[in-house]
Amino acid sequence: MSSTITNLSVIQHSNAMQSTKQKAALAIGLSGLFILALALLNVQLPNKAIWLSISLAAIVAGTVMYANDLYLHHPAGIKNNGIWFKSLTSKGVLGWSLGILLTLFYVIIYWYPQYLGFNGEKGNTGLIAFFDPLSKLLNGHAASQWFVYGTLYTVAILSLGYKFILKYRHNKYQVVRTVSVMFFQLAFAFLIPEILSKLNPDKAYFTKDIKNMWPLNYYFFEDWHLKNLISGGNLGMFMLLFGLVLIFIGSPILTYFFGKRWYCSWVCGCGGLAETAGDSFRHLSNKSTKAWKFERWSIHLVLVFVFITTVSVIHSFLSNNPGYSIITRNQFIYGVAAFIAVLIGGLYFFKRKNMDKDAVYTMVSLAVVLVAVMLLNQFSGKQNILFIDSYKLRQWYGFAIGAAFSGVIGVGFYPLLGSRVWCRFGCPMAAILGLQQRLFSRFRITTNGGQCISCGNCSNACEMGIDVRAYAQKGENIVRSSCVGCGICSAVCPRGVLKLENGKEEGRINGGAVLLGNDVDLLQLLKNKN
Amino acid sequence: MEHIVIIGNGISGVTAARHIRRLSDKKITIISSEADYFFSRTALMYVYMGHMKFEHTQPYENNFWVKNNINLKNGFVKHVDTSRKILRLENDEKVHFNKLIIATGSNSNKFGWPGQDLEGVTGLYHKQDLENIEKYTTSTTRAVVVGGGLIGIELTEMLLSRNISVTFLVREKSFWDIVLPREESEMINRHILEHGIDLKLETGLKEIIADENGRTKAVITDKGETIACQLVGLTAGVSPNIHFLKGSGIELGRGVKVDRFLRTNVEDIYAIGDCAEQHQAIGNRRPIEAVWYTGRMMGETVAKTICGKPMQYNPGNWFNSAKFLDIEYQTYGWVFAQPKENEEHFYWEHRSGKKCIRFVYDKNTREFIGTNILGIRMRHEFFDKALTEKQSIDYVMHNLSAANFDPEFFTRHEVEIKTAFPHQLQPA
Repeated sequence: MSSTITNLSVIQHSNAMQSTKQKAALAIGLSGLFILALALLNVQLPNKAIWLSISLAAIVAGTVMYANDLYLHHPAGIKNNGIWFKSLTSKGVLGWSLGILLTLFYVIIYWYPQYLGFNGEKGNTGLIAFFDPLSKLLNGHAASQWFVYGTLYTVAILSLGYKFILKYRHNKYQVVRTVSVMFFQLAFAFLIPEILSKLNPDKAYFTKDIKNMWPLNYYFFEDWHLKNLISGGNLGMFMLLFGLVLIFIGSPILTYFFGKRWYCSWVCGCGGLAETAGDSFRHLSNKSTKAWKFERWSIHLVLVFVFITTVSVIHSFLSNNPGYSIITRNQFIYGVAAFIAVLIGGLYFFKRKNMDKDAVYTMVSLAVVLVAVMLLNQFSGKQNILFIDSYKLRQWYGFAIGAAFSGVIGVGFYPLLGSRVWCRFGCPMAAILGLQQRLFSRFRITTNGGQCISCGNCSNACEMGIDVRAYAQKGENIVRSSCVGCGICSAVCPRGVLKLENGKEEGRINGGAVLLGNDVDLLQLLKNKN
Repeated sequence: MEHIVIIGNGISGVTAARHIRRLSDKKITIISSEADYFFSRTALMYVYMGHMKFEHTQPYENNFWVKNNINLKNGFVKHVDTSRKILRLENDEKVHFNKLIIATGSNSNKFGWPGQDLEGVTGLYHKQDLENIEKYTTSTTRAVVVGGGLIGIELTEMLLSRNISVTFLVREKSFWDIVLPREESEMINRHILEHGIDLKLETGLKEIIADENGRTKAVITDKGETIACQLVGLTAGVSPNIHFLKGSGIELGRGVKVDRFLRTNVEDIYAIGDCAEQHQAIGNRRPIEAVWYTGRMMGETVAKTICGKPMQYNPGNWFNSAKFLDIEYQTYGWVFAQPKENEEHFYWEHRSGKKCIRFVYDKNTREFIGTNILGIRMRHEFFDKALTEKQSIDYVMHNLSAANFDPEFFTRHEVEIKTAFPHQLQPA
């Protein structure tokens, strides 16, 4: 008996080839972008409100259709076929092109908004004017380049978040987490500030910005921002208090119980974009030990930079506006010096065993230098508490870190360096939360005994470049300051080895763990653990 | 200085080298002809599927070996001269050793099928197999995979990812039913069909036929059916890769015969991993265990023995895991396809048909014996402890939620499982 068999597959498994439906979806999505391009080129579209709606709807609908066709006809499960083959997701021509385009977009939006049609007082043209109807609807003003950016950013998180949810629909942690970042972006980062703005037209924007959290929002303590808040009536005072409570009370508590993930992969907008739009690029992060070394220097230097900038701007704020504040600049300086001394002293005495020698050395010497410089300047009656003009310092921070690092490199380089470049190497917020996560937190990724087969899926999928496998194959838990708790390592593990958990602090870090399986005295092992 | 030579840079050989280095400053050389650096062979499938690149399967950075003073040598050992302690490589180079560890792993089984060496026929074990599959793929639209076990289903998944239609020939009545009880096995059968795989149960391979260029054209099954295909995967198990040892004086069975200290019959020569065969099976384990973690454990054990702290290979409670397409599988303790006389089996299956759990316990003493879990993750530490402490099935049932290892927010089934447990739970 001989038989010729046609393709028996009821489903198409190849992700390398696009189905007709996917091509159509792509065309719809691109047509939405094309309308935006027309607007950018100042093509006069008759009814902006309708065309803008069509454009945004086409982008969302195209993404949704594409995702539906890509995922819903397959059984739920890990869908990473071909990510290292496709040009877009493996640093091929498409990846580089997208990287260059995104970088250009960021350069223009930060420094040359006039090319998008932002002309200040003269009224908007081009792409910015195209968003005027939506801006007026939401906040009552004409659009700015930041409104356009915020809208597109939100559209990206929502539509690609939908795609992500379908991709990981078998994994409830991923679904819940993604719904959370989509919600926080849409409500807290986008709609609430805009709507508050409409309801309080006389007050400055920053009295309405609820997502404001120092040091990610490094300008929190800058004089104009503080003045905005303090003179912003009840709303401004609420935002000031909310911000302070979040920084000094809310965040430490949440980070203690859940790790930094409560913010980085559940709430944060930068994280939100990385987890949704950046998901296709997560595997591009560099896993080498060299990159890890670089990361530890770079992120902590940014932290020191933002700290110095902030101390210095608060100092000049207090010097220039003694009437605004309940504390004097002298009290502030001694307070900061005491804070550094207590913090670093406490870390040194209680936690130095958990830190590398070079980290302890750097930390202590830096603290000594900082306090010495501050006191030196204070006693000599200088205006610039850290030698440098605070205005210049913050200008540099805003340019180098706030714009160039977080925007241009952070998102522009997604297709080249992975989706968490900013979060890993630059974000001072991640640095603080990370320090706490490493030293004072219940969060860890537990390794499941001896089940690891060293396949490397976990390390490959880690957007923060953590070599997860290096721990898992030794049976050690993963307690790393950079881990944002996205949970993808656990999702892609084929042997059920990794679990994100909050638990007792004892035994959390178990370096030199004994791999289960060998004949060991189990009770002895458990005793050593506790 | 004593020179330890290890043949094979898989998980066993590399673990041995790492632990010898940890315990001593002996000179260590690892010889391999397969790859320059240690890689995880279990991840080869992900390289083909494009999830990873080959370099990502290497658990250590390339400078690790220099840093730890472990010499890597690319070469194929042709002969072992046990009396003069000299290895002869294929290029006639000679390597002298004081102690030798044989860790050469396995080869894919070939059972003498006509056409088994044709162009287009491959196993899935070595890096070279992957290179061959990659090469054949360019001209393949249909493939036949022979052998219903773990590697067979992995190869099938790989080929599907490249849009190749696969016929999966399984000699048994149901997928992997020599290991899995009926319900688990049937769940996987259903899942295989769900993925659009042409599953042919109770069907074996009779012959592979070639086209005029000597390339695979079709297979003929033992039911007389001819199936056109351009690639044939032979995944009917593996056997020790020990051909080069014939006539060396080292005692061979199916593998290299070793005692509990992993010593062969020749002094200073040891064998570990897939290629080692215990004289006496340990507990319910097979004399040859081609499992990732046993290779790792043997490597660690032999390192201690070689470094002057003789240690018996003494694997603890049995465990294993795998993934069948999208369904994860874990097992702790012993679960056999057919219950033994003293055993009671309790089986619970979720209505989705994609999750299940089986508990085996002693009818009389209620001692917990083992568990199979599909679609739910469980904590190794929990079951290892329960088995070591000889806990009862009632203890396991009572503490089921502590055993769960699924990610947060996953639907939990402990209550359902306990409710379905047919016998009155007794206080643990």
